[in-house]
Amino acid sequence: MLELRDISVTLGNFSLKSINITVEKGDYFILLGVSGAGKSMVLETIAGLLSPGKGSIFLEGRDITYEKIQKRSIGLVFQDHAVFPHMTVKENIAYSLYGMHKSPSEKKNKILKIAEQISISSLLSRKPSTLSGGELQRVALARTLIQEPKVLLLDEPLVSMDTQLRSELRGLLRRLNRNGQTIVHVTHDYEEALSLGGKIAVINNGEILQTGSPMEVFQQPKSEFVAHFTGAKNFFRVKTSKDADHSNAIVNDKISIWIPGEPDENSGYVIIRAEDIILSRQRIDSSAVNNFEGTVKDIIPSRTGVEVLIDIGILIHAIITRESMNHLEIAEGNLIWISLKASAIRFIPA
Amino acid sequence: MNKFQPIQLVFILLGALILLFIISPLLGMFLATSPVSLFETAKETEVQQSIWLTLWTSMLATIVFAFAAIPLSYLMARKTFPLKKLIMGIIDLPVVIPHSAAGIAILGFVSRNSVLGKIGSFIGLDFVGKPAGIAVAMAFVSIPYLINAARDGFSGVSVRFENAALSLGASPSRVFFTVSLPLAWRNIVSGLILMFARGMSEFGAIIVVAYHPMVTPVLIYERFGAFGLKYARPVSVLFISISLAVFIILRFLSREKESPVLFQKDKDNK
Repeated sequence: MLELRDISVTLGNFSLKSINITVEKGDYFILLGVSGAGKSMVLETIAGLLSPGKGSIFLEGRDITYEKIQKRSIGLVFQDHAVFPHMTVKENIAYSLYGMHKSPSEKKNKILKIAEQISISSLLSRKPSTLSGGELQRVALARTLIQEPKVLLLDEPLVSMDTQLRSELRGLLRRLNRNGQTIVHVTHDYEEALSLGGKIAVINNGEILQTGSPMEVFQQPKSEFVAHFTGAKNFFRVKTSKDADHSNAIVNDKISIWIPGEPDENSGYVIIRAEDIILSRQRIDSSAVNNFEGTVKDIIPSRTGVEVLIDIGILIHAIITRESMNHLEIAEGNLIWISLKASAIRFIPA
Repeated sequence: MNKFQPIQLVFILLGALILLFIISPLLGMFLATSPVSLFETAKETEVQQSIWLTLWTSMLATIVFAFAAIPLSYLMARKTFPLKKLIMGIIDLPVVIPHSAAGIAILGFVSRNSVLGKIGSFIGLDFVGKPAGIAVAMAFVSIPYLINAARDGFSGVSVRFENAALSLGASPSRVFFTVSLPLAWRNIVSGLILMFARGMSEFGAIIVVAYHPMVTPVLIYERFGAFGLKYARPVSVLFISISLAVFIILRFLSREKESPVLFQKDKDNK
């Protein structure tokens, strides 16, 4: 539906190099990268604010590479919202309705409908200077969505928001996507990427390093950068269940891991830092609530010691020092116990 | 904790001296002018006509030239092009050249033998010795104040607002009139007021282009030359009072329309 073919853009001494992206209709596409990787440049190129030196952009089969910004049917929400400070919320939302062949009452209804959908009905007469960051973000979203864009581009929409607000906005974005809105979302936060993305592209230094589903990108990183950036050796898609006194994450329908808190969603991802896993010859009595016995499958030297690959029904990576390995006499094929505290497990609802 | 430093006392004393330097002559002039002489002067038709002429020619010059000066300010704020620094220098030229010399230059430019003078005559608009000539002279010396203030105003408006408006389907001209101009409006109004004030106070260039009809600065000069300080004072006091009143009203009106504006700085574009 949206396709970037071999796009190259130069801005000052920074360049996007041969960007190839395909976003299907209804996709939630995440562009994940560190600050300065070129993420926003990709968005601005799609929106038409930057002109590519090379390559083409297609939207529903139509070449829009050099199409006027106003004619693209692409909505862009900026990182700093860019809500017009001299207009009320209502005027901001109505901005793109100018020149549309609609009666004043139709326009009014459209504004009220979108305001209700984005939960900002009570803010319509307010000036942006009186709004919080989260409210401004919603206004910016409403202002863009009222145009009914074929693709919604979001530039770090959840940055600098508190946890509560972030969770609310994530819910809103998920809802929009479920209602069929195609979204391209730029972020530096892998949790955000996992939580929302149906497809993730990792970008660094102006190049797309890997594109795929969250599982593909996080479990099979194709380059050292991606592996390091996504940072998770133990990364699993899980379903959640609740017992009387705790919650569980179930991996591959066979391994149940005790996780902290009460998850909002009944599915998501679990990340366990390889450094947080404790190995022992026998089951130990400790505060760790997750204890599994497994077989050592591989031992790989690593920068900080050795990485031990253990099969407990799923493959778990643990990083320990060489001294510990020698002390525990760990060798391939040995049985070993692993322990991990619930608090060392990161659950990302998705 | 803020400890009082001796250097602060020195700065305060020096600052007070400067304020005294500005206020003393003006206050002295006001105190030396009797209310009776002020009242008598205010009744003089010549004085009334002169003040009115000064006000409307300066207003006219400001409004007419603003139509071209504001778009130029926008270009200077937003675009990079070859010789931009040279153009910025040219804009500031009227501030640095002697105004009598500027008057000579303008006279040559608008005299009946010049191209502009001939075109003006053809459509019945004469410059030399006419209000139109006064307005041109005022505009020449005062336009840098408007251009620079408006340019600063446009520079302070984040490009993101303009980009957002474009992505919301607005044409570039609509973006200018609904986003850039309103957001830079505070600076533009300051520039307009400065230009108007500078035009009103102009003497050197106007006296060369149009001694008659007399704008108030020329009238003050003439009264001083012909009758001395005592006769020049009441006109000066009256003119200063009216000018102050006009500026206070203009500032007040422009403040009424101001809205809280957040000038967001552009972030890293990558």
